[in-house]
Amino acid sequence: MLGEFDFDVIWRSLPYLFKQGMTFTLTITFTAMGAGIVLGTLLAMMRLSSFKPLAMIAGGYVNLIRSLPLVLVIFWFYFLVPWIGQWITGAERPVLVGPYLSSFITFTLFEAAFYCEIMRAGIQSIPRGQVAAGYALGLNYWQTMGTIVLPQAFRNMLPVLLTQTIILFQDTSLVYVLSISDFLGAAAKIAQRDSRLVEMYLFAALVYFVLSYTASHYVKRLQARLAIVR
Amino acid sequence: MAMIEIRNVSKWYGEFNVLKDCSTTVDKGQVVVVCGPSGSGKSTLIKCVNALEPFQQGDITVNGQSLCDPATNLPKLRAHIGMVFQNFELFPHMRVLDNLNLGQTKVLKRDRATARDRSLELLKRVGLEAHAQKYPGELSGGQQQRVAIARALAMDPIAMLFDEPTSALDPEMINEVLDVMVALAKEGMTMMVVTHEMGFARQVAHRVIFMDEGSIVEDTSKEEFFGSPRSERAQQFLSKILHH
Repeated sequence: MLGEFDFDVIWRSLPYLFKQGMTFTLTITFTAMGAGIVLGTLLAMMRLSSFKPLAMIAGGYVNLIRSLPLVLVIFWFYFLVPWIGQWITGAERPVLVGPYLSSFITFTLFEAAFYCEIMRAGIQSIPRGQVAAGYALGLNYWQTMGTIVLPQAFRNMLPVLLTQTIILFQDTSLVYVLSISDFLGAAAKIAQRDSRLVEMYLFAALVYFVLSYTASHYVKRLQARLAIVR
Repeated sequence: MAMIEIRNVSKWYGEFNVLKDCSTTVDKGQVVVVCGPSGSGKSTLIKCVNALEPFQQGDITVNGQSLCDPATNLPKLRAHIGMVFQNFELFPHMRVLDNLNLGQTKVLKRDRATARDRSLELLKRVGLEAHAQKYPGELSGGQQQRVAIARALAMDPIAMLFDEPTSALDPEMINEVLDVMVALAKEGMTMMVVTHEMGFARQVAHRVIFMDEGSIVEDTSKEEFFGSPRSERAQQFLSKILHH
C-alpha cells in the first residue's frame, strides 16, 4: 500500500517549501512576537495603571480580542485595514494593503492581547517593595518600570512568553485563508498540483511537530536555568 | 532647624483610620526612634515622609519643601532621602555594585566612573567591597541590609529613614546592621528609625516616639522615655519588650 505513495514529491519541493514557505512562517512568527511583546507590555502597563480610562481601554481591547476566533480576526483586518488606512491618510480610495502586510498587522495586534496578559501576571509577580525601592531612590515611573520591574517580569515570564510564541508559530498557518504561501500554504499548493495530499500533509505535520516539540523542550530547560536566586 | 516636619497628618485605608493627627519634627542631626506595637502605624508614618504612602490630611515638609505642594518634584526630593526597608528590597537581577550605581547614574546623573568609585567606597565602609560583583541572592540577610544602607547612602542623602531594618534578620545578624547604623548616627546623620531595638535607641537616639493605634502617644527625650514614660500604654509596651 505504501508503494502507491510518492514521497519523492517532498524531496522535489523542499526548496520551495522552505525557501518560500518556512521563511514567511518564521518571519511572521518572529515579527509578531517582537512587536506583540512590546505592544503587549505597553497594554499590560495600561491595564495596571491607576488612571482608570487607560486601564479600561486596554482591558476592553484585550478582552475583545481574546473572545474572537483568530480566523475571524484575520478576515476582519484584511477587509478593514484598507478602510482604516483611507481614514487615517484621507485618501480617496481604500489604501491597498495586500494580504502580507495585513497578516503581519493582524498577528501583531492579536498576539499583543495574549502577551499582555502574560506580562501583566509578570509585573504583578514583582513585590510592591521593589517599586517602592525604585521610587525611594528618586527614579520616576518609567525608570522604575524600565530598570527594575520589567526586566524581572520579563525574565520570570520568559518561558511562558516563548510557549505562547510556539502557539503563535502554529497559528500562523491560518494565513491560508488569505491565500498566502506560508509553510502549510506552500505544502497545500504542491499537494493540490501533484495530487499528493497525504504525503504533503503528513510531511507538513511532521515539520510542525519537530519544530514545536524541540522548541518547547528548550523552553523547559531554559525555565529550570532561569529561576532567579532571591 | 527642622529637617522633617510632620504636621497633623491623618490617613485612612477606606474606613480604617491608620494615622490620627500625627505631629512631630526631626531636627537636623537628630536620631529619632519610632516604636510601638505592630499595627500602630509607625511604618505607615515613616513611608509618608518620602511620599511612598499618600495621606489625606495634614502636611509634611522635608528640608523646607512641602510634600503637598504640587510644585515639589517628588522624585527629586526622594533622591535626597535615603530609605532602608524591612525586606532590604535590593534589586535581585543586578549585581551589588549595580544596585548602588543605579540611582547615582539615573537620578544624580553621575558618570559611571564617579558612581563606581562612590559605590566601592561605601561598600568598603559597610565591609562588603569583596561582594561587589555578587548578586544580592548570594548574600546573607545581614549583608543584604548593609548593601541596602550603602545604596541609600550612595545618593548622599540629607536624612535617612529606616523601616524596621532588623526585623527580617536572623538574630545573629542584627548587630552587624546596627553597628553600621550607630556609626551613621554618630557622624551626625539625621535619622528616623522605626525599630524595636531598644538597645539601639538607648545608645544613639535623641528622642523616642511611641505610637499606638495610629496616634503619637509619647514624643519625649530618650532619658525621659526609658526613665518614666508618662502613658500607661508605653509603660506596658516597655515592660513587655525589655524583659527579653
